[in-house]
Parts: sequence; C-alpha cells; structure tokens
Amino acid sequence: MGADAVFRVDGLRKSFGQNEVLGGISVELHAGEVTVLMGANGAGKSTLVKIISGVYERGAGTMSLAGEDFAPKTPAEAIRAGVVTVHQNINDGVVADLDVATNLTLDRLSGSGVPTLFNPVRVRREAKAVADRMGLAIDLKARVSDLSLADRQMVAIARAMAHRPKVLILDEPTSSLSSAEADRLFALIDRLREQGVAILYISHRMSDIRRLADRIVSMRDGVVSGVFDQKPLDYEGAVNAMLGRKIHLDRVVARNSAHPVLTVEGLRLTPGARPISLTLGAGEVVAVTGLVGVGKTALAETLFGVRRPLSGTMTLNGKPYAPASAGEAIAAGAFLVAKDRAENGIVGGFNIQENISLPFHRRMSRFGVLKRRIERATARRQIDELGIVCRSEKDEMSALSGGNQQKVMVARWMAQEAKLFILDEPFQGVDISARRDIAAKLRASADGRATLLFVTELDEALETADRILVMSEQTIVGEHRNADIDLERLLAEVAGGPLHSAA
Amino acid sequence: MMLRDHAIRYGFIVLLFGLIAYFAIAADGFVSPQSAVFIFQSVAITGVLALGVTATLVVGGFDLSIGSVATSAMMAASYVMVVLEQNAVVAVIACLLIGVLVGLINGWLIVYMRVPDLLATLGMMFLLVGLQRIPTEGRSIATGMTMPDGSVANGKFGDAFLALGRHRFDFFIPNLIPVSVVVLLVLAVLIWFFLEYTRFGRMMYAVGSNERAAELAGAPVKAYKIWAYVISGVFASIGGILLAARLGRGDIASGNNLLLDAVAAALIGYAVLGAAKPNAFGTAVGAVFVGVLLQGLTMMNAPYYTQDFVKGVVLVVALVFTFALSGRGKR
Repeated sequence: MGADAVFRVDGLRKSFGQNEVLGGISVELHAGEVTVLMGANGAGKSTLVKIISGVYERGAGTMSLAGEDFAPKTPAEAIRAGVVTVHQNINDGVVADLDVATNLTLDRLSGSGVPTLFNPVRVRREAKAVADRMGLAIDLKARVSDLSLADRQMVAIARAMAHRPKVLILDEPTSSLSSAEADRLFALIDRLREQGVAILYISHRMSDIRRLADRIVSMRDGVVSGVFDQKPLDYEGAVNAMLGRKIHLDRVVARNSAHPVLTVEGLRLTPGARPISLTLGAGEVVAVTGLVGVGKTALAETLFGVRRPLSGTMTLNGKPYAPASAGEAIAAGAFLVAKDRAENGIVGGFNIQENISLPFHRRMSRFGVLKRRIERATARRQIDELGIVCRSEKDEMSALSGGNQQKVMVARWMAQEAKLFILDEPFQGVDISARRDIAAKLRASADGRATLLFVTELDEALETADRILVMSEQTIVGEHRNADIDLERLLAEVAGGPLHSAA
Repeated sequence: MMLRDHAIRYGFIVLLFGLIAYFAIAADGFVSPQSAVFIFQSVAITGVLALGVTATLVVGGFDLSIGSVATSAMMAASYVMVVLEQNAVVAVIACLLIGVLVGLINGWLIVYMRVPDLLATLGMMFLLVGLQRIPTEGRSIATGMTMPDGSVANGKFGDAFLALGRHRFDFFIPNLIPVSVVVLLVLAVLIWFFLEYTRFGRMMYAVGSNERAAELAGAPVKAYKIWAYVISGVFASIGGILLAARLGRGDIASGNNLLLDAVAAALIGYAVLGAAKPNAFGTAVGAVFVGVLLQGLTMMNAPYYTQDFVKGVVLVVALVFTFALSGRGKR
C-alpha cells in the first residue's frame, strides 16, 4: 500500500453545454487497493466513470495508466488498454439469453483474427479457464436469465476480468444484492485485490464501504472534496465531505407543533429492519435524510399507498390510514411529489396546465367533462404562486428549465389542500434559486398540514426543515430539532455508526 | 422557425385540399355531392375501425385484431339471422357483445398476462380469423345455404338490418346520405368529445404518455388500458355490423383490407394539425384523405393494384411529418 499509483487522473474537466459537471478532478488508484468513490446524486461520479471507461470524451486534463498516457476514444479501447468497468445495471454486463460460457468469452467473439465459425468446445474450454481463475462456481451451461442477480453480477465481473485488467471499476455493484449475496461479491473483490488489481469502487452503502475501503475519495459538485487514506479511515469525515454544509445559507427558525396529523406505529419496510414510529404535526416541516438506498423512497411510497408495509399502523388526523393505492391516498388527503420527475411526474405530451391538473380531474369536472375554465384558472394561480417562469400555462414542459419543471410538479400537488404533503428529493436537478423558491413556498404554506421531505443532501434539510430525522438501513436512527444541531452526531448517524450496523 | 411550424401544422391539410383541387380539375365529376358522399361511404367502415384503434393508440397500445373483430361480427350477424333465424336487434346485440368480449380479453392479455400489445392482438387476430369459420366449416353464410349437417338455413337478413347498409337519408338532395356515413360522423364526434373533453379521455392520454406519472396521480391505469381495448373492440364490431348490412350476407372473403386501411388512417391522423399524437379529429381526416385519394385515382382510371402502393406512400410521408419534422416523436 502507498505504492506508486497505477492509474492517475489529473485535472479532469467536463462540461455539457453551459453546465460544468467536472471541475478539475484528480484521483489516484493503487495496485492491490480498493479506492471507494463517494458522492451524492449529481456530484459527477458517473460522468467521471464514463470518461475513464471511454464512453465520454474528456474536456480537459490528463489520465495515465502505468506511467503511459491513457486516452481511450471508445469503451473497447479502454478495455484493451486494461481499464474495465462493470456498470451499475447488471443486465448491461451480460447477455441474458446466452449461457454462462458464451457470456464469459463474449468479447472474443468479434474483432479481427477471430474464426468465423462458433466453436462451442473451444468457448467452453476458454470459459472454464476464466471461471477457474476467478474461483467462480457457476454451471457454465446455465442460461444467464436463469441465474440470480448475484450470480449474474459475478459473471459480469468475471467477464470483465477475462481481459486481465490493471484497473477495475465497479459502479454500485451491490445496489440490487442481498447482504448474503454481497458477501460473496466482497470475497471476490478480496481475491482481486490480492492479485494486485487497482479497484475503484463506487457505492453509497456504508456497510460496503466499511468492509472494503482502503482509501475513500469524496466528491461534491464536480470536485474532489476530500481524500481519506489514514487508517483507521474517517468515515464520518468522508460523509461530511460529500454532504456536509458548504456555507451557511438561510437559517430556519424551527417551529414546534402541538397538533399531530400523521402518526406511524411500528412500520416495517423490509424484513429484518427495525420498525419505524414517528409523529408529524400540523404546520411543521420535517426532513428525512440519509444516504441513497437506505429506504427513504420506500418510506415515502409506503405513506402514499404505492407500497405495502410489512407491519405497522398509521393514522391520519385521528382516523386509521392504510391506503392501498395512490388514488386512496390522494382521496385521504396525502399527496406525494415523487422523485425523478422525468420518470414519475411529468407527462411529456401535456402542457403546464394539463400537468398541474392531472391528479384532480375528478374535482375539476362535472359529469366527467373537464371544466377547462377552472383548470386554466388553477394553473394560472399556481404559476403565479410558485413563480414559474413561462410564457403561458399552455407552454410545453420541455420548454422549461429543470427548476421550473420541478416547480410545476410541486405546483401540481399544491393546487389542492393536503393533510400530509410528502416530497421525495424535491431539489434533485434544481438550480439554487428555484430550490430556495420551493423551500420558501413550502414553509410559507405549511400551516394546517404536515410536510415531509426526503432529501439526501444535508444542506437541503437544514435549509427547509423544523425537524430532521435520519434514516439508515431502512429505519429511522436519529431525530434532531433544527436549532443548534449537533452536526457531528447527525453525520455519525448518517454514516451508520457501529451501534446501528447490527440492525 | 415559423415556416417550419406552419409546415408541420397545416402541411397535411394543405396537401388534402391540394389533392381535392387536383382531382377536381383532372377528373370529371369529382366535385359533386354524390362523389363526396361516395368518398365518405367508401371510408365509413374503415373510419369507424380507425376511431376505435385510436383509443388504444392513445393509451400507448395498439390493436391489430380490429379487422378480424369486424369480420367476426359480420359472420356472427349473418349466423344469428340466417341460421338461428333471429331478428336484427338480436344480431346487433350479438355483434356488440363480441366486440366487448374480445376487447376485454385483449386488455386482460396485455395488462395482466403482460403479453406485448402487438403480439397479443396479433394472436387474437389469428384466433378470430379461424374461429369465425368454424360454425359453417369455412363456408360463407347466405339464405338457402346448406349447413354442414345437411339441413338448409332458411333465415334471412331482416329489413331493419339491411336498412343499416342501404337506407339513405335526404339531405337537400333526396336519398343522399347513407346510414353508414351518419354512424361514422356520430361516432367520430363521440370519441372526439370523449378524448378531448372528458377526464377519462385526458387520463388516457396521460397513461399513454407517462404511465408511472398517471399511476402516481391516482389513476387506475390498468382499468384505463382495458377500457381502451373494449372501445376498440366495440367500434370494430360496429364496423362489422355495417359491413354485414352492406353485403347482405356473411362473406368470408371480405374485409381483408380493413385492418391496414384503418391503421393507416389513424397513423396519418398523427400528422394532422401537427398533433404528433393519436387524435380522433386527425383519424377522421386521415380516413377522408385515403378516401379522396382512392376515389380520385379510380376516377382517373388508375389500375386497382396501384392503390395499396399509393396508400403506403401517403402513410410513410405522414409518419415522416410526425416524427422527423416535429421532433416530438422522440420522447
């Protein structure tokens, strides 16, 4: 350890149009070490990976591999040079309809000097050699579509390792694996580490990071915000570098609420997770924070009736609340601004007005016929309320900036009075001014309802919430009133200290 | 790009009027009430089917079984009246039931069995093509036919039923407008109003554009999809009733072109007024467009076998209008 870097990235920059995604990144990878790359959504991790693996062209900066200049123009070139990437989506790394042996040798099926005829015996022989080297105990004749996700992941990695790379990049490899399956993956990574491969491991899971990391590099807003290689590793420091406060923006005057709106008792999201109990009061804004994949969206969807809890009860304004669908939740007065607006929110074929009215057609129509005058008046009012920048309520959604699109999504659900207003990552892909507008609007209109935000970035929680709850491993592990917060304790909870890792 | 916007928006309408103007000059007698009525009559049945398939296109699906639903309905109407010796009302009800049932099965296959829409309805098409021939062992149905068991079918098409195909309403000129054209216009207005002005139609568009968003907005997405196929099935069976009434018998060789013509009309409709999405008005215009083209070509003595080719060209041009020029199809 501490040897000279096998792979070096220096001053890497990348912009998409006006938008600078990477602002001069420098990273080193060492042989026989696992370097963990941490960063929130939009920090630039995937852009960095795509440049290294030859998918994107870099804007500026240099890369070198074993002392030589490394500038792949295509993914194939990067692989030939010895830098191999296993992407997050497991099924991108394997061909589901072919057997394991063919998958392991897939990259030898094309290119110059390859025989025209497909020789199954030779393929199986070569595949066996690859599998043995990796200690892979999977039937080579099995079809990949019949394998579990973990086995597919193993095949994808083994396939990557068939190139005998110097550098292996793993992009969130455990995001869809169970913990037992992840253990098998870790054993494989240990083996590769012993073989002297330099590994770049991208993950949000603190338990993975604690298990594997030799070094941690934290990224934030397109730059490296911290490098940690002193043993023992400073995990909280790494989380802080990735999420912590940049500058003090707006302070929130925390309010208290006496009148409970939503109470949740013993709600369990996944088997083995500790149950969640919480109370949300009228007029207060509560933020739930935690790393990606700790169950924030699962909790949001459970409260909105899209997902069923394993156990537990909920009451809304004193009445039992157990929505079986989004429709029932809406009828009961619980609204959700879902995360990832392009996927879950925006109807691309609709203009602003039609997007805003979407959930409330029934309330805006008589005998099934939409009352367009009311629809238009509602849209105009909401455009005004949230300060959506557009020419008119008839504008296409694609004509709006990301911030304004998000405002439309929030405006949609603020068009009617909510009892429980849930927003999942409402500031994702939103510029700072739109983010402040939305946060201010949420606070100003909070009276009479309970408002619950799910955010990964701590800043967003600190700027908007009266109370902050911390999630880790599918449950709530901490609660803070947003006034003189003990930031260290909060970060320790986010990082999932040893106290909680047993859960 | 104002010019381009106008080209996308009005291009197809201009093309339609240009075509009419051309035929008016080139073909004698093209511009007359009778000729206009004939155009509408020739596209009435495909138009009804096209309006139905528009509903499935709106929810992001497709229905390839419409042609065979129509011919099955035609055969069923003939069987009910000729073999079972029932009256017109029973025949019409039987046809509509077939439409509803096929729509429900299509919807069930697509929504619950997760069969891709094209494949599910393609399978249904084959199934119906075969099924409609089983009761008569592949023979056409007409009064006096011999049944497989040797008996003679003595029932006949009721007058009320035949009137659906042959009666003409007075409209300034006596005996001008056939029932089928009236049915087409009524259904066109109905589906247009349903899709554009009711909350159900609006939500169907939402389902077609972003299913997940519609679901998170509280819509019963599965039900909407199944309803779309029921609408399509019912419209197709109405088309079949009109076909049976026009022919006056159950002809197993008829209706071969229904599917392709109807789909062409609906897809041409995407280009009308730059909608870039399935819409009832566009579908109606698309059907008329095809009718004008065929009537004009026929009057100019173009050979019959060129017609399919010309239809194909028009469809391809319309699709280029929709997807390449407007750039909205990419989403």
